[in-house]
Amino acid sequence: MSASAVIFYILSFFILATGLLAVTSRKIFRSAIWLLFSLTGIAGLYFWLQMEFIAAVQIVVYVGGIVVLIIFSIFLTQQTGKDLPAPVRVRSIFSVLAVCAGFVLTCLMVRQYAFGVGRTVGAGVDASVGNIGAQMLSTTEHGYVLPFEAISILLLAAMVGCIVIAIKTKPGDK
Amino acid sequence: MSPIPLSHILVVSAALFFIGMYGLLTRRNMITMLMAVELILNSVNINFVAFNKYLYPDKLEGVFFTLFIIAIAAAEAAVAIAIIINLYRNFHSIDVEDADEMKF
Repeated sequence: MSASAVIFYILSFFILATGLLAVTSRKIFRSAIWLLFSLTGIAGLYFWLQMEFIAAVQIVVYVGGIVVLIIFSIFLTQQTGKDLPAPVRVRSIFSVLAVCAGFVLTCLMVRQYAFGVGRTVGAGVDASVGNIGAQMLSTTEHGYVLPFEAISILLLAAMVGCIVIAIKTKPGDK
Repeated sequence: MSPIPLSHILVVSAALFFIGMYGLLTRRNMITMLMAVELILNSVNINFVAFNKYLYPDKLEGVFFTLFIIAIAAAEAAVAIAIIINLYRNFHSIDVEDADEMKF
């Protein structure tokens, strides 16, 4: 096994183990910290795939943004030091069964399908920030300027929506 | 990177998806359910990047889909947390079983 394969298996084990701890931990704050580790491991996987820009975006948006937002909301809504209640036994047994069945089915399908064997591919394109930015803002055939603008409208709408939902209305105010 | 076949990466992302699915099915606290949804979205992102890298290395479409998914996930998390805080103000709990006012 080469060094790159070893790195891949260590990274995948790290991602899956911390992800499993994030969904099973009984303390909600620890659960958030395990999620943080799992997302960092996924950023490492992107580095391993030589997608440096995606890895940077993953760290900035997920680790720096979403996890911090989740931790904030834990502090706002949770009494400290209280464990989460254990899941109902019947529900957790059937969830494990359903999840295992789905996973085995997916693995069988992945094994059956030959992904692009014998396909000839052209030279790899340079996934640098300059290339990604140029294609994202280009208005030619493979440009992504329209989805880019749609996303900007969506972010604005989400921002306004968050303020409207979370705003505190005074009692007696219409 | 070449010694690892594409199917191994797909198995890892499928495992991450089903771990998130397990969390979504068993947890009843809204914040932990949101965390499970984030894991699911991340497994989809791994798939997009791996397909782009292995099958179409001459294009960048997978990268763009991943970027848009990350942007939408951020917006979704912000709106979800606004809803959670509003729910906490009304019910003093963020357990989904406690919010049964509209249950028939």
